[in-house]
Amino acid sequence: MSTAVPQIQAIDATQARTLTPFRPGDTVRVHYRIREGEKERVQVFEGVVIRRKSGGAGATFTVRKVSYSVGVERIFPLNSPRIEKVEVQARGHVRRAKLYYLRDLRGKKSRLRETKKAR
Amino acid sequence: MNTNFGLIGKKLGNTQIFQEDGEVARVTAIQTGPCVVVGKRTQAKDGYTALQLGFGTKRKKLVKKPQLALYEKLGVEPPSVVREFRVTADIADKYEVGQALKPSDVFTEGQIIDVSGTSKGRGFAGVMKRHNFSGAGTVGHGTHEYKRHGGSIGMNMTPGHTLKGQRMGGQYGNKAITMLNLRVAKVMDEEGILLVEGGVPGARNGVVTVRGAVKKNPQPRG
Repeated sequence: MSTAVPQIQAIDATQARTLTPFRPGDTVRVHYRIREGEKERVQVFEGVVIRRKSGGAGATFTVRKVSYSVGVERIFPLNSPRIEKVEVQARGHVRRAKLYYLRDLRGKKSRLRETKKAR
Repeated sequence: MNTNFGLIGKKLGNTQIFQEDGEVARVTAIQTGPCVVVGKRTQAKDGYTALQLGFGTKRKKLVKKPQLALYEKLGVEPPSVVREFRVTADIADKYEVGQALKPSDVFTEGQIIDVSGTSKGRGFAGVMKRHNFSGAGTVGHGTHEYKRHGGSIGMNMTPGHTLKGQRMGGQYGNKAITMLNLRVAKVMDEEGILLVEGGVPGARNGVVTVRGAVKKNPQPRG
């Protein structure tokens, strides 16, 4: 949750990470470190960013992909140290911030046009 | 009785931090410093041992003159809150009157603590808010016709009176509450802030006392 308390804003600022900038509609590859027992390995999750939630240290983003014709959505904490890196594969042209409508579309309809303008 | 030493603080609000293993800790930020030792109670003079701490600042005009003289003698700003911490003699000897305490003087990361404060006052609250009754439309307490009423408060001729302790509406909140066994997530000395995992009673800017946990540390008997 965002807050107006300056001391808390300062704590949140220490938690913030600088990732490659991305927006809703972009297709991204998230390299996420997961633990399996003792070992640690990097898992890649590729899909479309359908939402970014602000909220200081608790900000998150949601990535959606369709895997074996089943929709899979994964929510990542934006500032998590477990995110190794975020690669932007394509920048989608979208007209809203939350792309929940993609959940109802499948196949060709669920494609996004790429942006031409450089951001 | 809790004879662990602690500090007075002000609740700043909640946020979250990432720990070293990448897990999230949901924390409450408490401004605990600077606290100043403004007095000592000794066994010889007062019959018990305690440390008196002051927290915050108060305008000189609002402080009574004899107290003002005391603070001027110590060379400290008049504190807005003064509280006593009952401690054992060996803890009391470690600190001196006039000493300013940082959070790290008392707390370490990972330590288990208790936090006391006054809970948010909700005024005269009904049974649904105060005791989590479910109201009419669901099964329980004989509630009917009025959505937020309590329903039945007892039996008929036997026992012929309402049982003591029957849950009804009344004052809710604005009461001293202690949260036991919280963990210190981070000690931030420069800012004088303590990050405590979990919730802390009261609203933002409420005064709380933070001390070592009473149930996790051996307490002297008697």
